[in-house]
Amino acid sequence: MLEIIKGAVSLGLIWAIMTIGVYITYRILNIADLTVEGSIALGAAIAAQAITNGIDPYISTGISLLGGMAAGFVTGILHTMLKIPALLSGILTMIALYSVNLRVLGKASLSLLRMDTVYTVIEKLGVESSWSIIILGLISVTLVICLLYWFFGTELGCAIRATGNNPKMVRAQGINTNSMIILGLVISNGLVALSGALIAQYQTFADVQMGTGSIVIGLASVIIGEVLFGKRNFMMRFVSLAFGAITYRIIIAFVLKLGMHSNDLKLFTAITVAIALALPIIKGYLDPPKISIQEEE
Amino acid sequence: MLKVNEVYKVFNPGTVNQKIALRNVSIDMEKGDFVTLIGGNGAGKSTLLNCVAGVYGVDRGTINIAGTDATKLPEHKRASLLGRVFQDPMMGTASDMILEENLALALRRGEPRGLKWGISSKERETYRQMLSHLDLGLENRLHTKVGLLSGGQRQAITLLMATLKKPRLLLLDEHTAALDPKTAERVLSLTDKLISENNLTTLMVTHNMRDAIKHGNRLIMMHDGRVILDIRGEEKKKLTVEALLERFGIASGQEFAYDRALLS
Repeated sequence: MLEIIKGAVSLGLIWAIMTIGVYITYRILNIADLTVEGSIALGAAIAAQAITNGIDPYISTGISLLGGMAAGFVTGILHTMLKIPALLSGILTMIALYSVNLRVLGKASLSLLRMDTVYTVIEKLGVESSWSIIILGLISVTLVICLLYWFFGTELGCAIRATGNNPKMVRAQGINTNSMIILGLVISNGLVALSGALIAQYQTFADVQMGTGSIVIGLASVIIGEVLFGKRNFMMRFVSLAFGAITYRIIIAFVLKLGMHSNDLKLFTAITVAIALALPIIKGYLDPPKISIQEEE
Repeated sequence: MLKVNEVYKVFNPGTVNQKIALRNVSIDMEKGDFVTLIGGNGAGKSTLLNCVAGVYGVDRGTINIAGTDATKLPEHKRASLLGRVFQDPMMGTASDMILEENLALALRRGEPRGLKWGISSKERETYRQMLSHLDLGLENRLHTKVGLLSGGQRQAITLLMATLKKPRLLLLDEHTAALDPKTAERVLSLTDKLISENNLTTLMVTHNMRDAIKHGNRLIMMHDGRVILDIRGEEKKKLTVEALLERFGIASGQEFAYDRALLS
């Protein structure tokens, strides 16, 4: 039992970085960005290939981050300069990345068994393997949250937040909204690829298919985080995303334990997200607003 | 301060929806001019304002703002010269951000955004003071999300934001049209106050003849994409709604058939 929760927490922490990436596009920029499905696998592929070639795992993970940022940049250009709708821009980059990822990997999947990863470096300090993942996950998530909290409080960060909120007003304040959208996509996909690199090293392989459905997992985590842990101030919002990602993993671990076939997981996740997104509307259907005006005597 | 020269603008050219919005419009505004721009629906006044602001490009002609040829400048680059207030009170502010963040965005209008903290504590005091002058009780709500404020409050804030960093030209696009009469009046008197305090050059689009006559030192009327009246100085001061209607009839060869302008 404890082992299950520990596994869920470690996986949740790694996925929390991805969740934060999804949050930046979905909530801050107000764009549903499907690039993430490709960039998470891109991050995994780059890290796996680099590590296989003997590059230091931390540097490899850093290269993954840059790769993801490049993917976000491409989507940003498609959407802003070339005026392709955001959803379609993301799909185009995602599909293109499938081929790119196959090129990077050289085959459909690449094993990292018995190779040095970011986790084994910590294990060598005498930490048990499962704890090394939690420790590294915790450090990365804390770092990412602190950095982003700072960044979104700066002039530039404020400008990005305002762009997702009211682009017309932002342009009237002399800010190039196209640049802000591109920058947001770059940061988001960089984080997603970073998460992908950490996932690949956790599961000791990178697979070209591993991005499929990741956007839905990201959204599920965002929504769980917001519903369960509130969204009071900006710092708490980021922290709640990490809790959301962990909670999602715990829920999944439990339904698997209760006997759900792992093939049905994506169906389960998709239905959960659909219900969560539609909840306010469903409530309205079930419970139409009552007329509250009372006649005067 | 603003030189609009022979500007021609057509929407959807070559289709059945083709609409010539501006037919060689020229306007020359002096420094300190407060022009009220009036006309019925489709007269082209909002199009003209949007062309000046850079929302639309022009097909022919030039636009010069404060000595800068702005004809080809994108919207966000013109912003350093312009303060803008929109018709929709929701449009001028970022609703999910708090009041002081909105003001801080406006204080840096036209400046490059860096990695400095978004708001300094010194600014906060200035904001508090400026908001207290509005008399809307906003000085203690710096941390309130703007989306929670009323339309009138938001429009007053937008007005303050547009003048926070003194613009070379203030553009008001029917900025009281969506407010109830009482609030509209308050926002208009605030407008007058801010304009005279900062000695701003202003172009105000309005539907309302009374407002157009009461405010500003110059009145321009547009009809069917053309400037048909330009009344200034003493003549403007003596203007009445009846006289304006009569002059509209002579200039356009039509009767002014726009109920909203008369009734309001």
